[in-house]
Amino acid sequence: MMEGLFQLTVLREKSMPEFKDLKGIEPAWCPGCGNFGILKAFKDTLVQMNIEPHEFTAVSGIGQAAKFPHYIKCNTFNGLHGRALPAATGIRLANHKQRVMIFTGDGDCYGEGGNHLIHTIRRNINMSLFVHDNQIYGLTKGQASPTSAEGIHTKNQPLGVFSEQLNPMAMAIALDCSFVARSFSADPEHLTKTMKAAIEHNGFSLVDILQPCITFNKLNTYEWYKERVYYLENEYNPEDRVSAFARSLEWGDKIPLGIIYKNNRPALEDRNPVISELALVKQQFNGTLINKTLREFY
Amino acid sequence: MDYTLRICGQAGQGIQTIGGSLARYFARSGYHIFTNKDYESRVRGGHNYYQLRVSDMPVISSLDRIDILVALDAVSLEIYRIDLKDEGHLIYDSKSLHQEYKQDNYLDIPFEILAAESGGSKIMSNSVATGAILGLLGMDLEILNGIIRESFAKKEQSIQDSNIAAAAAGHQFAVKACTSCPLTADTVNNNPRMLISGSDAIGLGAVASGLKFYSAYPMTPSTGIMNYIADKEVEYGIIVEQAEDEIAAINMALGASYAGVRSMTGTSGGGFALMTEGLSLAGITETPIVIALAQRPGPATGLPTRTEQGDLNFALHAGHGEFPRVILAPGSPEQAFYLTNKAFGLAEKYQVPVIILTDQYLADSEWTYDGFDTSRLHNHDQRLRGEALANMNNYKRYACTDSGVTPMAVPGESVNLVVVDSDEHNEEGHMIEDAATRNLMMDKRIFKKLPHIREEISAPAYYGSEKPEIVLVGWGSTYGVLKETVQILSGEYEAAMLHFSEIYPLPEIEKLDYAEIIRKASVSLCIENNATGQFERLLRAEAGISFTGNIRKYDGRPFSADGLTGEVNARI
Repeated sequence: MMEGLFQLTVLREKSMPEFKDLKGIEPAWCPGCGNFGILKAFKDTLVQMNIEPHEFTAVSGIGQAAKFPHYIKCNTFNGLHGRALPAATGIRLANHKQRVMIFTGDGDCYGEGGNHLIHTIRRNINMSLFVHDNQIYGLTKGQASPTSAEGIHTKNQPLGVFSEQLNPMAMAIALDCSFVARSFSADPEHLTKTMKAAIEHNGFSLVDILQPCITFNKLNTYEWYKERVYYLENEYNPEDRVSAFARSLEWGDKIPLGIIYKNNRPALEDRNPVISELALVKQQFNGTLINKTLREFY
Repeated sequence: MDYTLRICGQAGQGIQTIGGSLARYFARSGYHIFTNKDYESRVRGGHNYYQLRVSDMPVISSLDRIDILVALDAVSLEIYRIDLKDEGHLIYDSKSLHQEYKQDNYLDIPFEILAAESGGSKIMSNSVATGAILGLLGMDLEILNGIIRESFAKKEQSIQDSNIAAAAAGHQFAVKACTSCPLTADTVNNNPRMLISGSDAIGLGAVASGLKFYSAYPMTPSTGIMNYIADKEVEYGIIVEQAEDEIAAINMALGASYAGVRSMTGTSGGGFALMTEGLSLAGITETPIVIALAQRPGPATGLPTRTEQGDLNFALHAGHGEFPRVILAPGSPEQAFYLTNKAFGLAEKYQVPVIILTDQYLADSEWTYDGFDTSRLHNHDQRLRGEALANMNNYKRYACTDSGVTPMAVPGESVNLVVVDSDEHNEEGHMIEDAATRNLMMDKRIFKKLPHIREEISAPAYYGSEKPEIVLVGWGSTYGVLKETVQILSGEYEAAMLHFSEIYPLPEIEKLDYAEIIRKASVSLCIENNATGQFERLLRAEAGISFTGNIRKYDGRPFSADGLTGEVNARI
């Protein structure tokens, strides 16, 4: 009954996306911005995974990172500051046959949208969150973010940052987030591999991407990161939550890159019987039920 | 016959169980009833009531004076007995209240003892009380027995039997104890009537409009809508998501709407305050959404379980920036049902937010009807999907059109990309900064759409004298009480009511010249459940209408027909 209408959809042959076909509008980022590495890695990911522009929706909030969806060809929901995750949740639940990727920054996601991050991790909806973490506010010109190092001085924090630096990896593991990884925008190969793994993972995936802000963050530079990052060893077991938590606490002299933690919690889409067969958007409204429902009021 | 029954006591004592069973009983027996609730913001204790007005003629508001008062605790009895009519009766159990009263019309019925004797526990006192009330009215128990079986359908047969026995014991006791009771129920044709509350009517209206996604954070008095929809989620294929806060709730609903399904959220004033940024997002992205805003008295937490029409200004002005919106304010469960359907239609057709403004009084009131007519529902899918979309080339989400409305494509259904942005954007949906495009988009969203939206808004309901000397004007939940007040006044005066249930944009004067009707009356009163006359101000600001006076009530309680009649008489 419900499928009939949609089978009319004209079937077209799938075409292989090429890197050049994915170009969106001209980026307004500073030349040399760490975001360019993320843009390239994501396009490579799409090409390698054979995902066409119309086959996914990119969701973002506000900030330099949140402009990302405009710079590639894709379905786009560029919403409000901090609110990318709830919008993405609605989009994915309405059509769980469509991939959803979210692009935000450390201020957008860990600051303004912190509460949504906690609860999106709990829901475990199958979508991938890429946080462009440059440890500073870029769009508003250089204030401290939740991941800024304690003690740094900015125009808004002339006495230095008093708050402790947020550790998004440790927080996510504490919440039993289904996939927790970190990568580096200056290492496109590792980033592409990590993005692929996140997208392939069935459940909510968080990828924290170290991304130098060359204009406002004079501390966490390309060099600063390159001196500290290392890859998780081949024998590292990301399914051991306790050792994953220990690894997630590493910061300073050594910063681990790779899949720090993952588990096999069932995704929400696989648990809700309403969408066990057909995506919500494909389900036709059955108005004939209403008269029966009206009888319940007598 | 027109009796008002009030069951009062502490929260958790079974007020709702007794009142709800009686409401069902009368509706199923063919009577017209009106019920409303007065409760405190607590799970146990306090003093609360469920009030039920029953008649052989239509009743659409509550009255202050009571015919039968059932008191389940001594404090409530003290508070409410002043509302009892001289010829009214009070029912109580001296054992559980630890108090005896000497008045002739106070009937001491041993609820607990009779419950125990019927093979039940203390908790079955509620069934004893229900049976006793029906005994007092000289009514039989057959229909009640069926209702008891339904209520306890999930419990063992023995529990159903004991409750039926308890009701019979209460009934028998009351019949014996009250040989001279003047209260008797007139017989009516026993066609069962539909009994529905404002909350359920909105939930039902949403379900009947093809709602697919509802996200909300629980908040009194809007939670009833979420409860109703959640109960239907599997049968109708609806996802109901309890969000972490109202900010998430509206953003989820907007995401789902973007993805191609009819979406809704619901809240009260404090939650709506958190939604305003999302409301503005709906405005600039032209994403359809229906928002039920069930008002309660503010500011801030205010009186959480009571009623007020205090958020009209807020609904009118909420959200930063300028964008069109529609505000509907149903006056009854029936209007709530059809207007919820209209809300979905308008939201989708014009790609604007539509706010359904109700309040605790309407949300919790139950009215009876012959039935709702589903042929009056309009459900046209306005989204671009399927073959029509697949055959389209070079789709642009915000392509400019004469009407201001761009067909809304479903993302992922074709190679056409759907790009929406909270920044000002061009026809493709990408962010822009130039002045010309800004003007183009503002004109598209506001000036091109508004005249079309305004054409869809219905005239206010006009009731009463064709040449009224007294005109009562109101909006939203006061519909019933205004209409009954006009009925009462009509014995003496040429009186009429103008009731607005579609309040923004204001209806066109061409459909019904309400400004002229108000201007011509020697007494024109704008009646509102708020302190500052928010609707009166809207009419003055947008239509240049002024009144000879007003009646405003802001104590957190609704108007009653007898109370309002007194207020109007004082102004004539």
